[in-house]
Amino acid sequence: MADSKRADFSLIKKGILEENPVYTSALALCPTLAVTVTAVNGLGMGIATTAVLTASCLLVSLLRNVIPNAVRIPIFILICASFTTVVQFLLQAYLPALNDALGMFIALIAINCIILARMESFSSKNPALNTTFDAIGMGLGFTLALIIIGIIREFIGGGAFLGFALPEAFPRTTVLALPPGGFFVLAFVIVIFTKFRDKFFSGKPKPAKVAVGGGCASAKACPSADCPAKDEGGSS
Amino acid sequence: MQLILVFLSAALVNNLVLARSLGVCPFIGVSKQLKASVGMGAAVTVVMVIASAATFAIFNLVLVPFDVVFLHIIVFIFLIAGLVQLIEMFLKKYVQPLHKALGIYLPLITTNCAVLGIVLLNIETFSDSILYTLAHGLGGGIGFTLALTLFAGIREKMEKNDSIPKALKGLPITMIVAGLMSIAFLGFAGMITL
Repeated sequence: MADSKRADFSLIKKGILEENPVYTSALALCPTLAVTVTAVNGLGMGIATTAVLTASCLLVSLLRNVIPNAVRIPIFILICASFTTVVQFLLQAYLPALNDALGMFIALIAINCIILARMESFSSKNPALNTTFDAIGMGLGFTLALIIIGIIREFIGGGAFLGFALPEAFPRTTVLALPPGGFFVLAFVIVIFTKFRDKFFSGKPKPAKVAVGGGCASAKACPSADCPAKDEGGSS
Repeated sequence: MQLILVFLSAALVNNLVLARSLGVCPFIGVSKQLKASVGMGAAVTVVMVIASAATFAIFNLVLVPFDVVFLHIIVFIFLIAGLVQLIEMFLKKYVQPLHKALGIYLPLITTNCAVLGIVLLNIETFSDSILYTLAHGLGGGIGFTLALTLFAGIREKMEKNDSIPKALKGLPITMIVAGLMSIAFLGFAGMITL
């Protein structure tokens, strides 16, 4: 673990590249697949999640010596759900169009597994400043992951680029804008991302296996350290 | 008749995993073995039906009369978590064999977005009828089980396949298979219009 007393800016980069929550840990797949029909939706979802993530991780970090270990998970969920409700109100008030586009998935931020995994594995053990960096890095990593998938799906599936429609002559493969497209695009983005990351970070050996067996379900449900899905945030 | 349509629509046309992209994590995570996926599917179905009924009651008897609907996310999450605990304790005490079969999957359901998703959908669409709520919950659970079991069957076969390109091994090929299954389920679209 990096020296926990010092501010560690590399945590931001780690969340975006080396431990990108979507591409390497396969966390939070549901919002990733559901809202990325357009890049703007992906951006909105990413920012909303980052806001909840940063706020709740910060709070967990500040309270980490107060929260009793036995009931920490319910408290984490309570904190996360409260901030989610706040974000949902803000969106309803100021960005109603985005709120309608994202629909239920705003409410589902409350049980987003990235947030629970970060709170459990990083925030509850680290001081506030590094927690903030870690949360922002993970949030940006998630946001970028969504935007990239969103751009591809919008471009090929919807025939538009960042909301501007392409000429009619441009071929549209509508299936990419439908639910199956999310799976396909994610698969190929993961392949390219892994290649790219292995090439540029070959100095640091990474576990070659992605956590296929993991996912949301086990991010929270196995508190023990031997859970294969839980990433060892901050302990590398 | 309408009830059957709601059930079929939740199970097939608007399949939770393949059409609504809910509960994808357990779908990817617990589909390595057919046996485990049946257990997970059964556990999710049971929790989904009971949670549908419980959230219906809480929503209409507590949240609406006291005008605290804005708390519904927090209340529902804790309701589901509590329910899962209760079901686990009940099974452990009275139905040992079932607890053995479903026990390890129950805690995983607490943060399953499929369950929270279906109860949120319930209050959006069917907040005035308990029967429709139950049909929707049951359909969602059966649909989840169906998708999970079919997917696990494919993945068990896939394990033995050596001709998958190296770059696609692991998560990517799993995603592609899930996408193909999702295309297959698109075929149900338009079959039932509510």
